[in-house]
Amino acid sequence: MSGEEKGGAAEERTPNEPEAASPADPETAPEPPRADAPGDPGADSGSRSRTVLREILESSTLVVIMAIVASLAIGGLLIVFADEDVREAATYFFSRPADTFQAMGDALGGAYSAMFSGAVLNFNANDFSGVIKPFTQTLTQATPLIFAGLGLGIGFRAGLFNIGAQGQLLIGATLGAYVGFAWHLPWGIHLLVAIVGCALGGAIWGFIPGFLKARTGAHEVIVTIMLNYIALNLVAWLLTLDAFQREGSDNPITPIVDETAQYPLLLGSDFNLHWGFVLALACAAGVWWLMERSTLGFEFRAVGANPHAARTAGMNVTKAYILVMVIAGALAGLAGSAPVLGTEKVLTTATAGSLGFDAITVALLGRSRPLGTVMAAILFGGLRASGPTLQVQAGLPVDIVFVIQALIVLFIAAPPLVRSIFRLPAPAHEKEVAA
Amino acid sequence: MSTTAVETSSAAAGAEAPRTKSWKSTIGLGVVALLSLLFFGFGTPTGVQTTFTIARSSDFIELPSVTVPSRAAAVGLSIVALLLVAWVAYRANQYRKVGIWLPIVFGMAIMGALLTWAGADRSTTTIQLTGLLTSALFLAVPLVFGSLAGTLCERSGIINIAIEGQLLAGAFLAALVASAVGNAYVGLIAAPIAGALVGWLLAVFSTRYWVNQIVVGVVLNLLVLGLTSFFFSTVMSDNPNLNQPLNMPDIAIPVLSSIPVIGPVLFDQNLLVYIMYAVVVIIQIMLFRSRWGLRMRSVGEHPKAADTVGIKVNRTRVRNTVLGGAIAGLGGAFFTVASGLAFGKDMSAGKGYIALAAMILGRWSPKGALAAALLFGFADALQQQLGVIGSPIPSQFLLMLPYLATIFAVAGLVGHSRPPAAEGIPYKK
Repeated sequence: MSGEEKGGAAEERTPNEPEAASPADPETAPEPPRADAPGDPGADSGSRSRTVLREILESSTLVVIMAIVASLAIGGLLIVFADEDVREAATYFFSRPADTFQAMGDALGGAYSAMFSGAVLNFNANDFSGVIKPFTQTLTQATPLIFAGLGLGIGFRAGLFNIGAQGQLLIGATLGAYVGFAWHLPWGIHLLVAIVGCALGGAIWGFIPGFLKARTGAHEVIVTIMLNYIALNLVAWLLTLDAFQREGSDNPITPIVDETAQYPLLLGSDFNLHWGFVLALACAAGVWWLMERSTLGFEFRAVGANPHAARTAGMNVTKAYILVMVIAGALAGLAGSAPVLGTEKVLTTATAGSLGFDAITVALLGRSRPLGTVMAAILFGGLRASGPTLQVQAGLPVDIVFVIQALIVLFIAAPPLVRSIFRLPAPAHEKEVAA
Repeated sequence: MSTTAVETSSAAAGAEAPRTKSWKSTIGLGVVALLSLLFFGFGTPTGVQTTFTIARSSDFIELPSVTVPSRAAAVGLSIVALLLVAWVAYRANQYRKVGIWLPIVFGMAIMGALLTWAGADRSTTTIQLTGLLTSALFLAVPLVFGSLAGTLCERSGIINIAIEGQLLAGAFLAALVASAVGNAYVGLIAAPIAGALVGWLLAVFSTRYWVNQIVVGVVLNLLVLGLTSFFFSTVMSDNPNLNQPLNMPDIAIPVLSSIPVIGPVLFDQNLLVYIMYAVVVIIQIMLFRSRWGLRMRSVGEHPKAADTVGIKVNRTRVRNTVLGGAIAGLGGAFFTVASGLAFGKDMSAGKGYIALAAMILGRWSPKGALAAALLFGFADALQQQLGVIGSPIPSQFLLMLPYLATIFAVAGLVGHSRPPAAEGIPYKK
């Protein structure tokens, strides 16, 4: 791109003084029309390649990629800063600076190669299955994130900010796990009933904020946050009951769910990847159909875009709020099936981990679209899958993964920030991100 | 953004119809009071007694223990709660609302009934009233600071979900700096800086980049959790001397601290608690009686009007959010230096969200936030004490109380809570 172009665009999008932010029009973002905008007839004659280049530079995909690059770079800084060897070498930086850079390179190289071999392909393995195992781990980790991310995405597009995936997931997992270990049903039916149990549990927990929002106007953010903690305490209490504990044990852990209620493994016993992943992809397709092709999905989107207009057009906004929350809750509940029926096969208070909150970042990164959510879930699943390798090979705590994850979402949420860092031109019409 | 439209619509609906009789509070509180009467009142066997120990052995004036007939006391307290419900009904009939004091007194009556019921017929153990109140106050410290931070931010129009992150950041930096210097009090200076930094990020992303404030808040919480855990597992575990348990001694205020009950509870605490008293009083006065407070509230209620008279909306918001972050950060010092503990992963453990709840229950005012935070602190202390004397109520249910109370509050079952009108909406000229 040409020099004058990049500077001007970046400067205009990120004014130093907040007050000077938007020059003229409050509605269509602060970008004034520019002479060389694409599609402008006054722009230079038929410079097709330049237009294409501009389109690439303005695309939100590039922003996403750059956000990931920036986050990995900041993550790298942290890794370097926390590395013992680097700090040691830095003490004699001025006599032998090369040592410091050497140590920095070692620390970074070690960390990122560990990430790669933990999440994508492991070339040190002896056979083919060993080489691709990390990637199947990534997909396994992505499974609950896809489910929950899809549900949250529906909520965001309908204008509901559901922070409660954590609680919905936990209640779903509880119901599913209970069906799994307490009922003994024939093969096939058992799994089906357990999956329905997960969805039902989540749906119930999603119904509460939806109902309260629709009936009393209670803000769903507050209600869902509070319900997360109520769910956690409820499950902690349930796990003290004999009905939920293993026989002869007082530990807060349930028995292992019956084999008939577990997801079958997808690629044989060498891999942890289970059919839950396929179900998650099917749900993604289903959500796509729901939101893009069905009347109900159109109503959801209309309510999200403008509830007043939707009401005027004769849509039942109250019903839409409740339905959205029930569907989102059911999907979050299904996310709970991934640990209890797939990987861990037991229920503890730690079953939900940070899945519910990670799913928020997944939905935001995926821009609430099913395909985007699946891709984002695989990316974050990869980050999670690389945790153990990072710990063992590079001696880094898994927390660095969560830092990178949070940074990615923070950057994605503020495209102008990313554009100004990388000096990218701003598009003529900036789409609103993150609901 | 679409959620804002929904918020404004619900807020507008609340403002347009003040003359409708709302029976939601009456019904909500009434059900709780009746349940209390049934379970705690009539659930207590007749002819047994509950003993409350008031004095501690170290006290200047030793008050005798108070023993009350359990059933009569529990029934009496439940009836007090029912009378309060009757007052709510009376006011509702006159289209009037009740003050913040009502849900607070109501909560205390129910808690008292619960305490009497739990302590009934236990000859060996007694309810340690002073100890209970002392730990209630102490446990409420991070909640008070957190909810004050939330009040400042939300009054100026920025939703602060990041209280949790600000508390955690404060706890982390307080431990780090205090350990490096070797003085716990230095931690009290470092903690607000960490919180202010998180608040600044929140403010910048919300005012300059117009990112949804709830998104930023949630993500900042995750970021701070990740960062502090990362440094805890690397830098701090490599250098244990950077994370020591340092203690801040209790300072007994002469004369005042020898008043029975009140003395040891209020005036024999450490410096952070005294700072908390000052901060609550200052913010309560400044928010409603000063130019600064008026401007902040105007920016949060009607930014356009504020801008018209020359108030810099976004600058006001950034400043107050940073200040709020600093206050929450100071509250974070509670977890480490003020409790005499070293930093640990995810120390704040959801206290930031309870602080948010206290802010809502306190209806966005400092004194309300203080009262709600004390109530939640009391529930927490009660849960610990009931764990000691062995109560039939599972502790998890007591831990749920703050969250349940908040859901009731936002659903309008416990009075009416209305957030600042322009909260969460970025101001674009």
